[in-house]
Amino acid sequence: MSDAIRSANDTVANNTVAHDDSVFGAEEMELNFGPQHPSTHGVLRLKLKVDGERIVDCYPIIGYLHRGTEKLFELNPFFQNVPHTDRMDYVAAATNNLAYVGAVEKLIGLTVPPRASYIRVLLCELQRISSHLLWLATHAIDIGAMTPFFYCFRERELVLDLFEQYCGARLTLNCMRPGGQPFDLPHGWVDTCREFLELFPAKIDEYENLLTNNRIWKKRTIGIGVLSPEVAVEYGITGPMLRASGIDFDLRKAMPYEIYDQVDFEVPLAENGDTYDRYLVRMEEMRQATRILEQCLDQLPEGALMAKKARVLKAPKGGEVYHGIEGPKGEIGFYIVGDGKPIPHRCHVRAPSFINLQSLPELVSNHMIADLVAIIGTTDIVLGEVDR
Amino acid sequence: MRSEMLRDPVLSRPRPRAVTPYKKSLAEWLYLPLFGGLMVTLRHFVRNLIKGPRYTIEYPEKRRDYSHRFRGHHILTSRPDGSLRCVACFLCATACPADCIKIESGEHPDVNIEKYPVVYEIDMLRCVFCGYCVDACPEEAIIMSNNYDMAYFHRDQSKVGKNDLMKPYTFDPSQLGYRPHYPEEDAQRAKMRREAFNLVQAAREAGATEVAS
Repeated sequence: MSDAIRSANDTVANNTVAHDDSVFGAEEMELNFGPQHPSTHGVLRLKLKVDGERIVDCYPIIGYLHRGTEKLFELNPFFQNVPHTDRMDYVAAATNNLAYVGAVEKLIGLTVPPRASYIRVLLCELQRISSHLLWLATHAIDIGAMTPFFYCFRERELVLDLFEQYCGARLTLNCMRPGGQPFDLPHGWVDTCREFLELFPAKIDEYENLLTNNRIWKKRTIGIGVLSPEVAVEYGITGPMLRASGIDFDLRKAMPYEIYDQVDFEVPLAENGDTYDRYLVRMEEMRQATRILEQCLDQLPEGALMAKKARVLKAPKGGEVYHGIEGPKGEIGFYIVGDGKPIPHRCHVRAPSFINLQSLPELVSNHMIADLVAIIGTTDIVLGEVDR
Repeated sequence: MRSEMLRDPVLSRPRPRAVTPYKKSLAEWLYLPLFGGLMVTLRHFVRNLIKGPRYTIEYPEKRRDYSHRFRGHHILTSRPDGSLRCVACFLCATACPADCIKIESGEHPDVNIEKYPVVYEIDMLRCVFCGYCVDACPEEAIIMSNNYDMAYFHRDQSKVGKNDLMKPYTFDPSQLGYRPHYPEEDAQRAKMRREAFNLVQAAREAGATEVAS
């Protein structure tokens, strides 16, 4: 060992003595995590204050994917904004479409025909399954379980295939219009969907077989990133994260939109609010989505797809509206102000990823850096939606 | 809203402040539940070994057959005499949310047709493939194909002009994508699609072997 290294070691040792109030005896250090880190699921940058391996403070820095979507909404007629909503939460385009389209319908006062409503719910629940599958795949691979990634993508492919047959795109669906649905289900779609629903519950069991009782998975997730219900309500957290903390709030039950009051399903709840519970809640949500889909396919009525509407949709002057729906990540809502023109005067998006991300500093404090990766995975953020 | 929620019976129920630490059961101590997961991967491994790969498509050689509604590269359709059906009405350019269609119109020699596009250019790098141009067209002059591989060496190449939009896919019905009117998807083609690559069938077979074992 050279003298230089030895003297450096001595300095570290001296510092240890000087700062013995910290746990590991090292100085607090600032560490940049991201924006190009694979486990941040996009371009999220975290400024961490670490004490050795322990996180003291965390400061998320966002905006790397900002595209000014809300401003873009003010430039286009109502129907032209639907493709923009696809690109916010790009793994759950159908729910984004429904939230926007629902807000416009509420603003203008259109009633959607029942068949269109059913098709919308079908698409949204399929989207919930595909979004949760992507979440499980990436979350598991972040924690170190490689296999579920392949299995989840295998089934997600089937869902994307269904989307592609319906609307011609796999991710950026653009599958809804203000007033109804642009096209009917193609031939054989219902049968293909039923085939998928028959085999899917067995696949969820397969994932659970790999993870739920896995000792390593449990050690990495139980007690990690505990979100108490009070804190969750204070931050305005919604979706599976809120329900994993034990609060029974689901917009599909609380304020039923479309035809959710006509289908029978349960809202899964958990007690502890840690990463493991959020995992359990989302797995159960996939099962419930399968139930909803089956009922929708059984009840699917015939009829018109588009409401009677003016050729150019004009918002009433001074009309303002907020419409929120339960997306896979939480409450996604659109606030639109109209001023008598065919374009929105102002549009604001309540993005669930953005609001759920706020709780990250709370969740990660006093955890190890390796747990930070697990916690980012469990918040299920999509940076396209956080930054918009 | 917040205070209301805090008075909620669910919220006010006593709950542990800190989660009880994870305690291993005897089975977990012996690593028994891990074997269930290992069996799942082992089953897949053996089955893939015997029956060969089932889910991967070897892309450049094998191509995925997309549906009749796939929104891919645009096509400008033509009249029987080979001229463009487009009448340069600018509806597609107006409906385009990405502002990627550039049209310059000119007088058509035929008096029955008012205009024709002198320049019709789509910037494929700007296009978001929403299909609104197809929806807007009153003449069925623009439709979409199911061609999805668009790669360019220069940005200039991404601006696809009239000739390239007309040429490649117009006469091959199997390569058409999103368009206003679909002929009923005939049984023959549907069968072909299924035999070519059937994910659902593959997944179901996989499920059947698992239930049996």
